[in-house]
Amino acid sequence: MDFDLNEDQSLLRDSVERLAADLYPSLESRQARLKAPLGFPEEGWAAFAELGVTGLPFSEAEGGLAGGPVETMLVMEAVGRNLVVEPLFASLVLGATALRLGGSPAQTETILPGVIDGSLRLTLAHTERQSRYDLHDVATTARRSGDGFVLSGAKSVVPNADAAGLMVVSARVSGERRDPHGIGLFLVPTDAAGVAIEAYPTQDGGRAAEVSFSDVALPADAALGDPEGGLPLLERVVEHGIAALAAEAVGSMDALHKLTVEYLKTRTQFGVSVGSFQALQHRAVDMLIQLEQARSMALYAAMMVDAEDPVARAAALAAVKVQINKACRFVGQEAVQLHGGIGMTLEYIGAHHFKRLAMIEYQLGDTAHHLRRITQGENGLLAA
Amino acid sequence: MDLRFTPDEIAFRDEVRSFCQTEIPAGIRKKVSEGRSLAKEDIVASQRILNAKGWAVPHWPQEWGGRDWTPIQRYIYTEELFQAAVPLPQQFNCYMFGPVLATFGRQDQKARFLPRAANLDDWWCQGFSEPGAGSDLASLKTKAVRDGDHYIVDGQKTWTTLGQHADWIFCLVRTDFEAKKQRGISFLLIDMKTPGITVRPILTLEGRHEVNEVFFDSVRVPVENLVGEENRGWDYAKFLLANERTGIARIGLTKERLQRIKRLAKEMPAGSGTMWDDRDFRGRVAEVEVELKALEITQMRVAAKQGRADSVEPDPASSLLKIRGSQLQQAATELLVELAGPFALAAPARGAGANNLPGGFDWVDAAAPSYFNNRKVSIYGGSNEIQHNVIAKGILGL
Repeated sequence: MDFDLNEDQSLLRDSVERLAADLYPSLESRQARLKAPLGFPEEGWAAFAELGVTGLPFSEAEGGLAGGPVETMLVMEAVGRNLVVEPLFASLVLGATALRLGGSPAQTETILPGVIDGSLRLTLAHTERQSRYDLHDVATTARRSGDGFVLSGAKSVVPNADAAGLMVVSARVSGERRDPHGIGLFLVPTDAAGVAIEAYPTQDGGRAAEVSFSDVALPADAALGDPEGGLPLLERVVEHGIAALAAEAVGSMDALHKLTVEYLKTRTQFGVSVGSFQALQHRAVDMLIQLEQARSMALYAAMMVDAEDPVARAAALAAVKVQINKACRFVGQEAVQLHGGIGMTLEYIGAHHFKRLAMIEYQLGDTAHHLRRITQGENGLLAA
Repeated sequence: MDLRFTPDEIAFRDEVRSFCQTEIPAGIRKKVSEGRSLAKEDIVASQRILNAKGWAVPHWPQEWGGRDWTPIQRYIYTEELFQAAVPLPQQFNCYMFGPVLATFGRQDQKARFLPRAANLDDWWCQGFSEPGAGSDLASLKTKAVRDGDHYIVDGQKTWTTLGQHADWIFCLVRTDFEAKKQRGISFLLIDMKTPGITVRPILTLEGRHEVNEVFFDSVRVPVENLVGEENRGWDYAKFLLANERTGIARIGLTKERLQRIKRLAKEMPAGSGTMWDDRDFRGRVAEVEVELKALEITQMRVAAKQGRADSVEPDPASSLLKIRGSQLQQAATELLVELAGPFALAAPARGAGANNLPGGFDWVDAAAPSYFNNRKVSIYGGSNEIQHNVIAKGILGL
């Protein structure tokens, strides 16, 4: 048991934090970045690529940084702390994890250089209008046709689809809509014939899209792994996604809590700093407790996300998301309340943290969803 | 960063686990698990088994029986004891009196008292709180006036836990009446058999005799029983409060309670199945488990950090552990009462041949008393509101 970062990890953290802070020196600069057509400027993405972040999880032989879950955690904390909008979550976490864990040597060889040098962005298209957070609920179909597949259906709220060159799409090759078997993950170029992308901003400053597939012809090698046994891969991708969201949430909550305490110290009313009031002090302490509990769960996620036992892994990541969701809501709401009126305005960065934290709750499973998953196990969490 | 236990740590955990399960009598562990009171003999027997193994006072200096364990080992040890429902070594002897004496006492005091404290040959209790000095401890009034080679002690202590078993009491007493309130306090060791001491039981709300009032009426205490310097007692008390921090959240205790709740839920009929088939109940158990898992990691983070700090000041992070840990201990006792349900009301007399088990369940009558009793954990050791103040000042700078 050792919670210290090694030298490489400290260097990575420092350089990513420095880059994020340089790109996002103020709320005004962030809001200006959001106005770019894709919701972020290309030079921002290029800066992360230049630092090597886009190749973070890939081996040194492949040209990457050989980073593991702890390294991803450090990057995502910086993303959260600075409210970064470059699509690191969609591409680096979701897309790249699918490729890394599910790609054949041939697929990897073709795609990886572009991913690592930043010229090719990825995303994951999974959610459908009826699926909510159930990964096995897939109505989009991939019909076998000759050697390949024909993709039909629609995906919803696909993160940064308009900025991606390649999507990882879950689609059903066989079985009924909620059948765990028969689901495949397919690599689909966003410019393939029959793919339509309707992009829009999200509530928290990001971007997403409605994506539809009208008889999109896919070659046989579009499938990542077994085209009818893709659910375990999808689950692993989502587990990595949860670990990344946990770290992002911790970065954002940390920043928001610091802002709040600073505000309590500087805002004066009745002739004293409002931080001298015990009622407010205790609320700020309760925020800290939630933040530290969330930080522990982000570490737990990093520890468990590559665990071999799939049952223990799933239970752990479900627990992580439950705790993170609760912390996001508590810290976000309390921060706004302790700021008073200024916390309600678009011109205050704390309000943007609040919105991002509120939306994290509804990415990759809300509290009720993950509590249900925990209680489905025979013995609940601890026995797993 | 490596968040897994090392092979050495796992081997150590297995050693402690196996020792607890094979060496500590099952009858004692059953009482702890069910939240029933322990007799003095139970606590003494359990501690002597640990002491014979060299495990009663692992955090003391090695000269006095301590082990040179890492903070993580100490954490593992404490949690394994909790999880195996082994009574922790008597806390006043081992976590309070011992470390203070080992740090601030004279060599002859250490030689006289420490080995006996480790083996529970002497039972120590704590004389800190007074009727007018609770959260505001430094306002204590019990006074010790010098008379030749004795102090004459007059006053009253209260909430003296298990004082009815005690051979000795370590007391904070006022020795300088002019100084600012923290400055005139001394740390005095008093033999409970000294004339002038009266112990009066206070029954806590569940009906147990756990705490007492202790009255001092012209009690003569040899000056040689002063620890450290006169009027420096407040510093020693602060050190005492800072000393044992790794076990404060009692993660293992709550874990053991939750495991027991799950086991019992599968045997408690409800609807067409058992309480474990009730998804709402399971969800409530899961919520506590999730929070507990987070606190477990938080506790390990604090323990790992403390491995490097040599501060005698309390780490404000331990206040965080105390707040959340006490809340989760209480949450688990609430779940147990909920599980007992209608049977929680019953308080039958227990004894040999009793045939009056409510609903036939042998544990339900202990559920409510345990819930009642555990309301104390957010009050004692510095109330949770005081802990909030500590964090606000010490971490947030408010």
